[in-house]
Amino acid sequence: MDTENFTIKQISVFSENRPGRLAAIARALQEEEINIFAFSIAEAKGFGVVRALVDKPGVAYKKLTELGFMVSFTDVIAVKMRDEPGGLFEIAKILGEAEVNIEYAYAYSGKEVAVLILRVDHVDDAIRRIRGAGGELLQSSLFT
Amino acid sequence: MFWNKAMETISGPDLRTLQLKRLTWTVRQAEKVPFYQSLLKNAGIRSDAIRSLDDLVKLPFTSKKDLRLGYPFGSLAVPLTEVVRIHTTSGTTGKPTVVGYTRADLENWADLMARDLTMVGLGPGDVFQNALGYGLFTGGLGFHAGAEKIGMTVIPSATGNTRRQIEMIEDFGVTAVNATPSYAMRLAEVAEEMGAGLETLRIGTFGAEPWSENMRRELEERLGITAYDSYGMSELYGPGAAFECEEKNGLHFWHDSFLIEIINPETGEQLGPGERGELVVTPLVKEAMPLIRYRTGDITMILDDVCPCGRGQKIARIMGRSDDMLVIRGINVFPSQIEHVLLSLPEVGEQFMVYIDRIHHLDEMTIEVEVNRDYFSGELGDLTHVQKRVAGVLRDSLNLRTRVTLVEPGSLPRFEGKAKRVIDRRGDIW
Ligand SMILES: [Zn+2]
Repeated sequence: MDTENFTIKQISVFSENRPGRLAAIARALQEEEINIFAFSIAEAKGFGVVRALVDKPGVAYKKLTELGFMVSFTDVIAVKMRDEPGGLFEIAKILGEAEVNIEYAYAYSGKEVAVLILRVDHVDDAIRRIRGAGGELLQSSLFT
Repeated sequence: MFWNKAMETISGPDLRTLQLKRLTWTVRQAEKVPFYQSLLKNAGIRSDAIRSLDDLVKLPFTSKKDLRLGYPFGSLAVPLTEVVRIHTTSGTTGKPTVVGYTRADLENWADLMARDLTMVGLGPGDVFQNALGYGLFTGGLGFHAGAEKIGMTVIPSATGNTRRQIEMIEDFGVTAVNATPSYAMRLAEVAEEMGAGLETLRIGTFGAEPWSENMRRELEERLGITAYDSYGMSELYGPGAAFECEEKNGLHFWHDSFLIEIINPETGEQLGPGERGELVVTPLVKEAMPLIRYRTGDITMILDDVCPCGRGQKIARIMGRSDDMLVIRGINVFPSQIEHVLLSLPEVGEQFMVYIDRIHHLDEMTIEVEVNRDYFSGELGDLTHVQKRVAGVLRDSLNLRTRVTLVEPGSLPRFEGKAKRVIDRRGDIW
């Protein structure tokens, strides 16, 4: 099984906790007509990391780097969830049994589907086990 | 190699006896100067009351201001007819300080410079390009005299016309260059632009402004030399009061000619070896302009280790100016210490800003540093690890807990010349 098709490049952007930094990131992406599927912010003392799943990560990386932001790619997977009680548990259970550790997760819930974005310690294992159990993953080709 | 082995290696009781004799002579010389007469009177001490080197602490300090107030000739202990040369120091405000030299002063100074240059392995056969300003600044003429004295072929190139300087190095087969470290950087740049290999060059001596170990490595690499640090100031003749030996691990002071102390700049109290503070120098053989416990304003420490070269006690490379010292929760901190720590941590850049606040009657120091792009993995955990590591190394080095804030690369101000990296906000709170 080719796990590469399901390994998605999330952009992670360093951001100081001061007014306007998130707006500056959002504006930059808008200028490049980049669509943000999902994002989350992780915070520590005085700074944070903005994580975003976008349709053109390469363009986003270039634009943000040119603006002086510190950006890196992080491999994540995006799992379709049944948008009903127990949807999250199903996925967590599969990974737990496979001894794959979830470092962080965030979700978005669209019209038709809810998607869980996962940063895990063993990406290839996670993809194989979820697909083996009949789960559905978003293809990385959606985000290039 | 030694120029004056007896004086370069004198130690123990011999050194102390010589220093005491010369200290008494120096105070007697100072007693001829009106402003010292009143300083000594206020301190209640006279030259004939000095019985041992321990009596040094009874003597008053001399500040730069004391010398400035005497403009032009108020610091001279000899009539002008005995003064054979005058230099001045560039005063940043107001009048400069005038320094005078008798013939013996110039000879002593040249002897010290001869020791310095011999110590780093220079001598007859070397071609020495002296790219320091000649004129009222003591740098050019000071090195010139020592370089000629030891029999080098001296090129008084001074500064400027950098392409011509590079051509001279190539055409004259220059083996050693003397400059400020920033001008040496300029020489390296222009040599690279011109495609000049500078093959004959092997030694560089740099001083008159502070420069880091990183800068040393860069100069050594780009110019193909071994680079040595020099220390001095016009009030102590000029350059050459202390110089690195081939160990490049601290600068040897010439203890037969200078009595040195390190003091706490706040209290004036003497500090021991290994303790950082302000360098105070009493020159021991200066005729025209004797000085007693002269406060240099430079921050360093006396190194306690014995140097394999056999010479006397060394001082550490200058770490900053006493004017820059911060007192945080009673602990003395110099911005240069912070810079030093950051230079040793590849995860962060070397730019920084320091903010000092008083929160609940306690001083809090916050240090902003830039994350190095190469160390950004995208993971928050890695960033907090960097933050903790920087705070940990700072705590070990400063003996002080600080707050470390990570900021985006390139976001901190860059300074040309004198940096204003410290913002003390404590005054606003009281
Ligand atoms: Zn030595």
